[in-house]
Amino acid sequence: MLLFIEQLLNGLQLGITLFLMSAGLTLVFGIMQVINLAHGSFYMIGAYVGATVTARTGSFILGVLAALPAAALAGMLVEMLVMRRLYRKDHLDQVLATFGLIMFFNELTRMIWGRQPLFMDVPPWLAGSVEIIPGIPYPGYRIAVIVVGILVGVLLYLLFTRTRIGMQIRAGASNREMAGALGVNIRLLYTLVFGLGTLLAGLAGVMAGPILAVEAGMGESILILTFVVIVIGGIGSIRGALLGALLVGLVDTLGRAFLPVLLRLFLSAAYADGIAASLASMSIYILMAAILVCRPRGLLPAHG
Amino acid sequence: MDRLPVNRKTLSVFTGTAVLLALPTVAGAAGEPYLVSLFSRILIYALAAASLDLMLGFGGMVSLGHAAFFGIGAYTVCILSMHGFEGTPLLAWPFELGGHQSGLVLWPAAVLFSAAAAAVIGALSLRTSGMHFIMITLAFAQMLYYFFVSLEAYGGDDGISLFARNTVPGMDLTNDTQFYYLCLAALTAFLLFSYRLVHSRFGMVIRGCKENERRMKSLGFPTFRYRLVCFIIAGAGAGLAGALIANQTEYVSPGLMHWTRSGEILVMVLLGGMGTLFGPILGAAALLLLEECLSIYTEHWMVYLGPFLVLVVLFARRGIYGMIAGGNGNHD
Repeated sequence: MLLFIEQLLNGLQLGITLFLMSAGLTLVFGIMQVINLAHGSFYMIGAYVGATVTARTGSFILGVLAALPAAALAGMLVEMLVMRRLYRKDHLDQVLATFGLIMFFNELTRMIWGRQPLFMDVPPWLAGSVEIIPGIPYPGYRIAVIVVGILVGVLLYLLFTRTRIGMQIRAGASNREMAGALGVNIRLLYTLVFGLGTLLAGLAGVMAGPILAVEAGMGESILILTFVVIVIGGIGSIRGALLGALLVGLVDTLGRAFLPVLLRLFLSAAYADGIAASLASMSIYILMAAILVCRPRGLLPAHG
Repeated sequence: MDRLPVNRKTLSVFTGTAVLLALPTVAGAAGEPYLVSLFSRILIYALAAASLDLMLGFGGMVSLGHAAFFGIGAYTVCILSMHGFEGTPLLAWPFELGGHQSGLVLWPAAVLFSAAAAAVIGALSLRTSGMHFIMITLAFAQMLYYFFVSLEAYGGDDGISLFARNTVPGMDLTNDTQFYYLCLAALTAFLLFSYRLVHSRFGMVIRGCKENERRMKSLGFPTFRYRLVCFIIAGAGAGLAGALIANQTEYVSPGLMHWTRSGEILVMVLLGGMGTLFGPILGAAALLLLEECLSIYTEHWMVYLGPFLVLVVLFARRGIYGMIAGGNGNHD
């Protein structure tokens, strides 16, 4: 039981990280109708900048504060130089151009930081364990990640429903021309939305830094998971992204932890472990296929 | 094809064929036998790219998971030939299935397995379209990638090597030149098949679906079935390419089906010219040769290739074939 709750929290933490990634990406998909494979690169930029600044200054907070604008600025720069020219092209062009961007960013980080992965330490004030439920100590850092993720979710909700810029973003999403005619600066708005998305990716990256190794190509593995989340949740829908992220986080984590135990009930140990390893790594894709068969547009599609 | 018009298009095709046919002789004379194996690789990737172009350029289905079928073909050959070499059965239940060494058995098996995988993946993915389709094919390919990574019995992450190239009666595949001509023959056969297919009634329906699926539906065509068959044929073509690459490198790893590989194949199609028969060959040659050349000068060649790709997308949509052959590339 203790193990189960611990794994549940781990799944929640993975889900929250995925939510930060997919919230930004689903905005770009939904609002600009553009498919962006390079979203993982901004996750990587966030992690690298965060790791470097943390190592130089010794302060994790400064690292986070440096990573966020770095990812956002890189995102806005890419939007102005490349993405802006892709909005009116078809998806194939967008896939290829952003694929080129991935190559560029991965190799660039290898040139700047070398091929060795960087490691980030958990800040000392978060290194301890907290007993949120009596008797179950859980790493403080992971709890911090969960709390930050929930806060960001609430802030996004407020931004979209309660502020003028949120209203403009929603207007731009449902009818670009009309919003433009009513005096909204669509170009600027798109740049800002793209920057917001990459900022969230950078945040996810720098928070994942102390948990995972910071290396070139780290963005791709999470990018694919993010795609699964978005497909499950429905393209363009932030609520869908939240639901999908939590589902994927929980299924993946719990599958890896408990499938071997479960299969051992029926099969011999060696055989069970082999099958469980395969099944666990495929579980979220099977989940996606199942959801797709029932609801091709995702669980909570954005528009009608 | 009543009469052959002499224009830039036929001229460039004949030149290309002549170059490919003469290559092993020239390479041998120039003392660069390495070129033969490089060009075998180019021909194999050209086959994979041509199969993708069948569904992408003519069918309008943007798949980002084509390397999955490439990898399945390669793994089929390696796994079956490993069992054939060791004399162990692959399956003991429900029926006994042994391995084999002969290419005449293994390659059709590779094609069959990748076609079967394409049938399942296609049937699920084609329920969607546009952005969803891209992401779903990508996710399925990654699923298979992780499946092979965790398949410890066949090397897992490290992959497995092929003990020896497959045998074909009357040919010695250990000879690089003979292997090169085999690849060339496979590519030519696939291109002839594609040519017939694209110009058949089936091809017309597929191209119609690309232009306007709703209209094709209203005309009474079961578009889903047509698209699925096209998806399966493309998967089978990639499986054949996979069987050849397993023989060429004599080694297979999950890296063959990583999604960046799918991306590379996609790049080849676009670079060469989408919706053309010969474009993918030019694209494969261009990308692989560019890699070879750039990696001589710098280890970080991807820093240059990436932005180059962005520029190609933004400014050179017709691809190399469009530039060389001119005219409207969509009709051949």
